[in-house]
Amino acid sequence: MENALLEIKGLKKAYGEHIVLDGLDLAVDRGEVVVVIGPSGCGKSTLLRCVNALEDIQGGEVRLNGEPVRRDGKNISQMRQKIGMVFQSYDLFPHKTILENILLAPTKVQKRPRPEAESEALELLARVGLAGRRDDYPRQLSGGQKQRVAIVRALIMHPEILLLDEITAALDPEMVHEVLQVVLGLARSGSTMLIVTHEMAFARAIADRVVFLEDGHIVEESREPKAFFDRPATDRARQFLRTFEY
Amino acid sequence: MRSLGLDVLWKGKNFLRLLGGLWVAVRISLISVAVSIALGLVLGVLVTGQSRVLKALFRVYLEIVRIMPQMVLLFVVYFGTTRVFGWDLSAELSAVIVFSFWGAAEMGDLVRGALISIPRIQYESAEALGLSAGQAYRYVILPQTVRRLIPLSINLITRMIKTTSLVMMIGMVEVLKVAQQIIEANRRTSPNAAFGLFAVVLLLYFAICWPISRLASYLEKRWA
Amino acid sequence: MDFEVMRAYLPLYRDALLLTLRVGWQGVLLAFFIGVVCAVILHLRLPVLRQAAAVYIEFFRNTPLLVQLFFLYFALPKVGLRVGAELCGVLGLGLLGGAYMAETIRSGLESVTPIQSESAQSLGMTRMQAFRYVILPQAVSRSVPGLVANVIFLLKETSVFSTISLMDLMFTAKDLIGMYAKTMECLTLLVVFYLIMLLPVSILGSFVERRLRHAEFGP
Repeated sequence: MENALLEIKGLKKAYGEHIVLDGLDLAVDRGEVVVVIGPSGCGKSTLLRCVNALEDIQGGEVRLNGEPVRRDGKNISQMRQKIGMVFQSYDLFPHKTILENILLAPTKVQKRPRPEAESEALELLARVGLAGRRDDYPRQLSGGQKQRVAIVRALIMHPEILLLDEITAALDPEMVHEVLQVVLGLARSGSTMLIVTHEMAFARAIADRVVFLEDGHIVEESREPKAFFDRPATDRARQFLRTFEY
Repeated sequence: MRSLGLDVLWKGKNFLRLLGGLWVAVRISLISVAVSIALGLVLGVLVTGQSRVLKALFRVYLEIVRIMPQMVLLFVVYFGTTRVFGWDLSAELSAVIVFSFWGAAEMGDLVRGALISIPRIQYESAEALGLSAGQAYRYVILPQTVRRLIPLSINLITRMIKTTSLVMMIGMVEVLKVAQQIIEANRRTSPNAAFGLFAVVLLLYFAICWPISRLASYLEKRWA
Repeated sequence: MDFEVMRAYLPLYRDALLLTLRVGWQGVLLAFFIGVVCAVILHLRLPVLRQAAAVYIEFFRNTPLLVQLFFLYFALPKVGLRVGAELCGVLGLGLLGGAYMAETIRSGLESVTPIQSESAQSLGMTRMQAFRYVILPQAVSRSVPGLVANVIFLLKETSVFSTISLMDLMFTAKDLIGMYAKTMECLTLLVVFYLIMLLPVSILGSFVERRLRHAEFGP
């Protein structure tokens, strides 16, 4: 296997006695879409937070392009610019307009000239169907619209990989589709993504590879998502998938 | 080393006299808080009703209490009423009137806030279970309101105790006045007594108010 | 009511108002400064300083300003620290107010969820950038109602300055009543002047509060 874009090796995360991730290994290649599924509390959101160094870890390492991503590392700001992240609760900045939300990081962190960043922001907003909302405040938008803005806010930094942490979990069902359409579009245009989700149909449609996580371990991993969802190899994956049937 | 007046503190009944002065402060506060809670409950329920006139009047009342120093109110009640109505209110009664006037406004506002903060759905789900309006209040609404109010009322007690130090200005003998008297009486033998005594008064206030405000914030966290 | 007398007293009350405002605003500014410093210390959990700030806040929140002033003015000279009455007023108000301001600002900071800082950091901002561009603006606008209430509370508390012979409104009223026994006139002027001092602050406060919420978070 050639050098992966993101490499996670022996990642260990514990809250006191409680072990969340127990020596996890995972690699994501450039252009690949990896979907992580698993029961609540299996550590999948923690995994994303560790990749972005939002958590202290107790062992192992995370590398992007061979460079370590460390919470106390000197270049953590540069590394995080290369890793885009979208949270379940969107977390737009409520005191800023949509456009200002998107422009804050490019102008303050990357020091890009405002006109250039602004025209890109408007282009991206148009792509997610929100061009007309540039001067609105987050609270005037629906959940699905806010989540699309959050995706744009991450994209404008030109990240090499996008981490999506249950981005549809807080949305009303009719808004899930509009957000997932945007993500599907990104996948088609070749973005590298590490996605945690509960939407099995979406996972099946978008994944190049599915990872089933339970109790901090990878239980099953498949490069054939359709086969995985139809006939999982392990009992535990089968049991988990059954919980989505009625 | 110069004496800082702690010897004076233990002379005769001085320390007991200080504690007596502190009790005056606490007594006034407790009476005023009791009156405030009773009036505040009535006011709070009244202003959550329909009447716009009541609401407007209550806002004016609140604003007066909010911006008029308690000391001014004390003077108006203690000196002003004698002058205008010929009443001869005792200093303690004046203090209780002023503190209750202040406390009732604050409690009324707290009760109002607590009542409107209880979501509509709580009333509705009580109703859906077949509870009468009275039962809904008794078993669902009031317990929730009271939980929010108790820490805040306890807090009001400490604020009142701290404010009672003002009553010396209308001639009451409370802890600070007692301290002044003791300092005055020992001016010759212990000229530095002011340091020790005022420090002790500070600590006495702290010893009373701190545990009460800890209790309030503990309850606030627990019942949040 | 003797309006002639009231007119004669007006200049005295005006001077007293100016003194009260001067000392009051200096005290408020000092309080705000102390409050911000303590709140940042508490928010960033700086060791040792944090404990010191907590002790300071608890102590000043749980003792009356009047007694604090007596201590500053009458007790400290006994150990060789002599502080003028006006400075005493500023210090007393600043120290008392600092404890309240600290609590208000700290709870404003705490009301911004940690995930706001995390999402700022996930965009590559440093902790300081996240604090400056994301946390602080939200914390300040959420603290405004509390800060305004504190300012009014502190300006009200200036009424105890008379006890350390600062010639403020209260002192002037007391003095005039003592000398000429025009009780009603003096008390009326006292109430009117406190209204003149505090009503604008109160009105301005609720205006700013509404404006801020409007500007920061949209209509």
